[in-house]
Amino acid sequence: MIVRRWVNGVDERLDGSSFISRNLRKVFPDHWAFMLGEIALYSFLLLVLTGTFLSFFYLASAEPVTYTGPYQPLQGHTVSSAYDSVMRLSFEVRAGLVMRQIHHWAALVFMGAVIAHLIRVFFTGAFRKPREISWLIGIGLFLSGIGAGFTGYSLPDDALSGAGLRIAYSIVLSIPFVGTWVAYLFFGGEFPGPDVLNRLLVLHIFIIPLVIFTILGAHLAVVWHQTHTQFRDSGRTEDTVIGTPVWPKFALKSIGLGLTTFGVIALLGGLFQVNPIWLYGPFVPYSTASPSQPDYYIGWLEGLLRLWPNWEFHVFGHTIGELLLPGLVVPGVVFTILGLWPFLEARVSGDHEWHQFAQHPREAPARSAFGAAGVTFFVVLVVAGGNDVVAKFLGIEVDSFNTVLRWTLVLGPVLSGLITYWICRDLRDRPRHPLSEPPRVAFRRNAAGGFEEIESEPPVAGRATEEPGRT
Amino acid sequence: MRRASLVVAIAFGASTVAALGLFVVYIAGGQPQVEGALLFVALAGIGTGLMVWATRLMTGIGQVTQSRRHAPPPQEEKEAAAEAMAGGVEEMSRRRLLFRLLLGAAGALGLAAIFPIRSLGRAPGASLFRTEWRTGLRLVDVDGNLVTRDTLEVDSFTTVFPEDAVGSGDSQAVLIRVPSGSLQLPADPLAGAPDGYVAYSKICTHAGCALGLYLAEVHQLRCPCHQSTFDVLNGAQPVYGPAARALPQLPIEIDPDGTMRALGDFTAPVGPSFWELPP
Repeated sequence: MIVRRWVNGVDERLDGSSFISRNLRKVFPDHWAFMLGEIALYSFLLLVLTGTFLSFFYLASAEPVTYTGPYQPLQGHTVSSAYDSVMRLSFEVRAGLVMRQIHHWAALVFMGAVIAHLIRVFFTGAFRKPREISWLIGIGLFLSGIGAGFTGYSLPDDALSGAGLRIAYSIVLSIPFVGTWVAYLFFGGEFPGPDVLNRLLVLHIFIIPLVIFTILGAHLAVVWHQTHTQFRDSGRTEDTVIGTPVWPKFALKSIGLGLTTFGVIALLGGLFQVNPIWLYGPFVPYSTASPSQPDYYIGWLEGLLRLWPNWEFHVFGHTIGELLLPGLVVPGVVFTILGLWPFLEARVSGDHEWHQFAQHPREAPARSAFGAAGVTFFVVLVVAGGNDVVAKFLGIEVDSFNTVLRWTLVLGPVLSGLITYWICRDLRDRPRHPLSEPPRVAFRRNAAGGFEEIESEPPVAGRATEEPGRT
Repeated sequence: MRRASLVVAIAFGASTVAALGLFVVYIAGGQPQVEGALLFVALAGIGTGLMVWATRLMTGIGQVTQSRRHAPPPQEEKEAAAEAMAGGVEEMSRRRLLFRLLLGAAGALGLAAIFPIRSLGRAPGASLFRTEWRTGLRLVDVDGNLVTRDTLEVDSFTTVFPEDAVGSGDSQAVLIRVPSGSLQLPADPLAGAPDGYVAYSKICTHAGCALGLYLAEVHQLRCPCHQSTFDVLNGAQPVYGPAARALPQLPIEIDPDGTMRALGDFTAPVGPSFWELPP
């Protein structure tokens, strides 16, 4: 068979037989929660594929041109070349709009999968030694994803993204000592700088994807080398892994999941309008789209800006603006804590052992409480990022809604942390999980005509096993 | 087993039909919704087929237990690795002078490599402290038309620019007409707000968004981005939201022919705070 000949051919030249057979037979545990990372991986691939198509049509230029395309409300208006090129891609290039919308939806799904994956790893303690490096890489991936998203949706030069760019520029301005210089160097001058679209493009289609490719590769390599954690279960030990061999079963399942992810995102991109820049209009420095909300994974940063008090400081004749703390310091602290979490937890608990078992959230009540508090913090901030929209929907004043949000931001995490701690501790200290099956008791009739209980071990699910160590 | 292989066959078949359908739709001129739906069937068809194939039809491949092969390295191996690395560094740092010269050269080269960053943009200089407004420049609207005494009704507003810089990012201003005599500005700038006409920078002092909402009944300007709110009658002092500084005022006068002129630049640097801004 030709496949055999090829494998032999490569093997003869590279001496890779043990490598090939070891890795094709490598066992991957299959738990549904491990799909989250795979969905992130596949959405990233889809982003690269669709993004390449988009890049063939995009023009990173602020040069004003008159719009003459088929979208009537804008005909005759002066727009930037960048905006014009995205309009052309959306309305005149065949399959252009569906590609653009798939690209945007893929970004939304990518970040969602990354966040869900991060939450899963956090609550199951899968970041513990020896997997801290994967955790750090994952946080880097999260940050790169935010950067990729922001630079990407800023490219069309529409009214909404222009507001986002203006805010980003203002946050940079607020940095002590170097803020004005950094802002001027990146934008090429005072906002809106002459070169910013081109620089965003290089960041978006070259630098950030390169970073993501590199760290995604490192992430996969480390996971492949270390293998996943598994939940403690009957028949499992710390130094074995139970699951499906890579080839062909796991690979087919995973590729199938990947193609299905592609399909679902394509459906979203086809049916659900996203980032309709023709409705926002072109960016002009003297008007702001209202309401203006960033994509959800940046919404929490926007929420911080909206809820933060108007604190401005003066030191030695200089000004530290209102944006520095909510725009840079707080996010910096949040990501530092997130990144260092495995080390902080090990330091506090004194646990420096290797762990190959994932934990249930109830097994680590303090960590789960902290995680729940963190999730609450982010959710409140995302809501705050859309405070005007939510307040309008609820029919209340934005100002009073903000007061509620501020208190919720402070008290919500404390409350949800305490409740989580209490629930986890209670669950941990019970002999059985309350949702699992009640113990079965069997009776038999004894000689005296009464009933007596049969003592029996609960049945253990039988599994085909290969002898440990054979790889 | 039979049913599973039927499902797989149907999934692959549906995918093929959808892919051919995509071909037809594309030839016919394209239609985003149909393209999305067909792509879904084409991609998810193969995907679902593969997943069902793997889970239902590969019953011969069961759960396998395998050694992790991944364990903490033995103490002596760890020490040997650290020794190999540290030994190399020690070998180099033994020649102290050469080693320091190398570090110095590498540092200087690194510094030299940073310098091209300076080419990326111009120096901020004083540009954040001034705009295009000069004494005597007339006020025009976004279309370049001269603004006159009769342009605005009481309690309405418009965006204005210097006559030679329409659309300028940092010179944009809002001209508001309030009932004459209702302004409570400090005596000095009041000179620049004749007959109830007052002009402020349109750039929010919080994060730089263009202020677009004028709440006429309370005479407040509100930023659509983060809801900073400024009291128009009282020198555009912030009264709500995250902004800390008042909007800089643009002093204006009205010519005998009804057109308006600036009496100079804004009373303060426009836009959000930055390090060089004096208190």
